[in-house]
Amino acid sequence: MKHYFVKRIFLLFPTLVGITLITFLMLKALPGDPVQGLAGERSSPDTIKRLQKALGTNQNVLQQYTGYMRLLLKGDLGRSYYTNRNIAEDIIQKLPNTLKLAVGAMLFSIIIGLLLGILMAVDPGSVWDRLGQILSVSGISIPVFFLGLLLIYIFSFVFQLLPPSGTGNGNPVFLILPAATLGLNSSAYLARITRSSLIEIMSQPYIITAKAKGVKKSGLIMKHALKNALIPIITLIGLDFGSYLNGSVLTETIFGWDGIGRYAVEGIFKRDYPVILGCVLTGAFLFILVNLTVDLIYGFLDPRIRHRAQA
Amino acid sequence: MKFARFAIKKRFFYFLVFIIVFLVLTAVFAPMIAPYDPLQIDLDHIKEAPGRNHLLGTDTVGRDVFSRIIYGTRISLLVGISATLLSLGLGLIVGLVAGYYGGKTDMVLTMITDLFLAFPSLLLAIGVSVLFPPGLFSVTAALCVVGWASFARLFRGMVFSIKENTFVDSARAIGCSNMRIMFFHILPHCLPISLVAASLKVGNFILSESALSFLGLGVQPPIPTWGAMISLNRCYLPSAPWMVLFPGLAIALAVIVFNALGDASRDMMGQDIKI
Repeated sequence: MKHYFVKRIFLLFPTLVGITLITFLMLKALPGDPVQGLAGERSSPDTIKRLQKALGTNQNVLQQYTGYMRLLLKGDLGRSYYTNRNIAEDIIQKLPNTLKLAVGAMLFSIIIGLLLGILMAVDPGSVWDRLGQILSVSGISIPVFFLGLLLIYIFSFVFQLLPPSGTGNGNPVFLILPAATLGLNSSAYLARITRSSLIEIMSQPYIITAKAKGVKKSGLIMKHALKNALIPIITLIGLDFGSYLNGSVLTETIFGWDGIGRYAVEGIFKRDYPVILGCVLTGAFLFILVNLTVDLIYGFLDPRIRHRAQA
Repeated sequence: MKFARFAIKKRFFYFLVFIIVFLVLTAVFAPMIAPYDPLQIDLDHIKEAPGRNHLLGTDTVGRDVFSRIIYGTRISLLVGISATLLSLGLGLIVGLVAGYYGGKTDMVLTMITDLFLAFPSLLLAIGVSVLFPPGLFSVTAALCVVGWASFARLFRGMVFSIKENTFVDSARAIGCSNMRIMFFHILPHCLPISLVAASLKVGNFILSESALSFLGLGVQPPIPTWGAMISLNRCYLPSAPWMVLFPGLAIALAVIVFNALGDASRDMMGQDIKI
């Protein structure tokens, strides 16, 4: 068991090197020459040479990459073109907000997704099942930003129940709409997975035995089937946590939520490349971390996976 | 009973295909269908509610929302379908080579594939699209960079099992080259499933395209795109909801149709494909 965990964590390093390589290449491919930008149009060749030396752009690509890695290892993501603030510090400051939103979205999607999925699986082919399927396909297909605007319109303007935007200094009321927006998409996926894995399990012999024993239908699903249907569901919940990073870019923009997603979008509008790439790198890093955690939990829950990995 | 069910499924499938053909025709013949020029500014009729003159109302500078949505179909479908075809092609080649040769080739290609899957997709798309001047090319390129890896992973797995078949051995025995085996003997077996995967991907890409347009990274104004229509008019949602509502519904409907087509064709093939 230890072997599996060690191996899985060890595999992390090539991936991390790989994603830094990609962001580095993106950095190199950016339009415009930073030295020209700093020196101005009418600078002498001497100034340019001096700046090149100072910035290290006269080195070869490999040296530049190792320099980039060295900075990253120190936790340095560079400074914003506009505010000249340390990007890593900004991101660390905004991270808790994004995580809070993601956890809220996760809770929402688990509650709605499981309920809807169970409702659909109780009687496959029934009206409820059809209705649930239509709902879940719509939930998957609706754009996150459009959903957010709709929810603001309905709950903030028409009914005036919830605040339309802002973080509200940690007031949970402010979290409801953004979390619902961010979580709806994955709740639709979750409902589908719950439905299909419950239906599959309901045809297993042990369920028939339980039925023969006289267990009620509600007990059958809630007690006997759901427990075994949980593994694919848990995987999906974990994997979706990573997809919240995508959704948070749009959700945070719409709800004025002060997190990494909105930070990235502000960077986009101002063409603040270091900020954009810093956010991309942080996102990838978080994504990998979450996937690792899911894998580890998965290996913990299901011993078969550990053994397969060892073989 | 089973047959009746299949017939219903088939009818639904054709219904979806019909809608997609309809969408494509709308995009192609947009100038003939649209009642107004989508760029025509008419300051006498700004923010007009849906009515007889303007079916879905007008926007802040009096442009006809219905015409703009019809023209928006062009960008969404063009980007969605072309990005899908390109990333499908790339994914197919990488998957074939990795799955067929196996060993070190497979290891390297799989590592590269996994790297691209390690990024949150929208963030990577944003990162790629800022490298180019915004427009049709940058969006398509961004979506391809994001999309090819999941195709490659899907096909690699399929090729692994297909190449164990005896017909591959016999092809090798009569002296077919590796290229010929890969592209003439193995590839045809991947095609039905690639159709399902592609259909789901088109829906996914239309959604991503609208997100990029919403963020201002897509095809630039004045060319109308659904995402940009929502983004530009979103502060008027309480006073003139039609400017935002209808483009949003257009996106949702287009995506639903492609997703449902993918689901329906998967059901018909009776196979479990995840992408």
